[in-house]
Amino acid sequence: MYIMELALMLSAFFILTITARVMYLLYNIFRGICNLNSENNSLKTVYCIGSGGHTTELLRIVSHLDAEKYAPRLYIMAMNDVSSEVKIREQERDSTEYQIYRIPRSRNVKQSYVSSVFTTLYATIYTIPIICKFKPDIIFCNGPGTCVPICLVAFLLRCIFVLDCRIVFIESFCRVRTLSLSGKILQWFADIFIVQWPQLTNVCFRGKYFGRLT
Amino acid sequence: MHTQYKKCFITVGTTRFDLLCQSIQQPAVLRALNKLGYREITFQIGNSDCEPGHYEKEGVKIEMYRFKDSLKEDMRSADLVISHAGAGSCLEALGENKPLLVVINEDLMDNHQMELAEQLHMSGNLYYCTCDTLNTLETVDFSWLSPLAKPTPNNFVKYLDSVFTVKNLSK
Repeated sequence: MYIMELALMLSAFFILTITARVMYLLYNIFRGICNLNSENNSLKTVYCIGSGGHTTELLRIVSHLDAEKYAPRLYIMAMNDVSSEVKIREQERDSTEYQIYRIPRSRNVKQSYVSSVFTTLYATIYTIPIICKFKPDIIFCNGPGTCVPICLVAFLLRCIFVLDCRIVFIESFCRVRTLSLSGKILQWFADIFIVQWPQLTNVCFRGKYFGRLT
Repeated sequence: MHTQYKKCFITVGTTRFDLLCQSIQQPAVLRALNKLGYREITFQIGNSDCEPGHYEKEGVKIEMYRFKDSLKEDMRSADLVISHAGAGSCLEALGENKPLLVVINEDLMDNHQMELAEQLHMSGNLYYCTCDTLNTLETVDFSWLSPLAKPTPNNFVKYLDSVFTVKNLSK
């Protein structure tokens, strides 16, 4: 009897704690409180690499950031992406503080929406150990499908106190009037949400506009 | 009017664009290019359904290849760039200050790429058309275009540096 009661109380306690944590995180996110003051000398950074234009765009933003502050860097990209790796190696040729990890694609071009639910789930599960091991401080992404599972995992780990990280979402420059699917999802839990066209700030409820970044 | 011949570079990025491959090779389009003084076309066809190789049609030399690590050289040596609506290719061409004609791929389901082409057309940085209207190319005056303003990432970087801090930066 006592064990049953104890288990019930414990689970109620956990559920309450997690709910409070999620509400606290969302409150901070929507209020725009996203400061991160690290005790270390650098911030472990994850870059979610997409394909083609997305990669070029994100790598250009990377090149403006202090490579010593945002280090070590982990690039996560899709399994079957060849050209992105060439671009990353080219940009990082003088550095050793970076790694490249590959995860399965969450959605292939022309794949049906129903089957993409399963592939996204698979990609999400695949991502968990990578994020747990690397323990990023910041995650940068700019809209390819691969970034949603990564950010979701990071956010959930943050909810259960495993991780304390910030998600920076930069909507691609090619989005002028509407948000991408990743953008629509991530505006709910990304800490910083950047758009590159002023008219987009009317479409989303918390976009920040700093001009064209790439 | 045009004494020396000019080069045209066409790119479809990392995807495929079968209709553009067919449209470019139409006699009417090649004649229009020829009339404007373009005698050499370099065409990056990506995964399009087309055979790479060297061709000569309507007095225009066409070189087709699928991919290269960097398109910079081809882009630089061109006098006109024709591109798919991908942001990467558009920005690369505009970054090189090349006259740019964007061809919209109407087959793409989610045609958000058109947004960018339309917007940059409104600000006078490029022209755009579809495969059907490609042959109107000779009526286009590229000298009207203005260069794209440079990106301004500094405010964003400053903002990031103010919210994310580290103990001591070794500098």
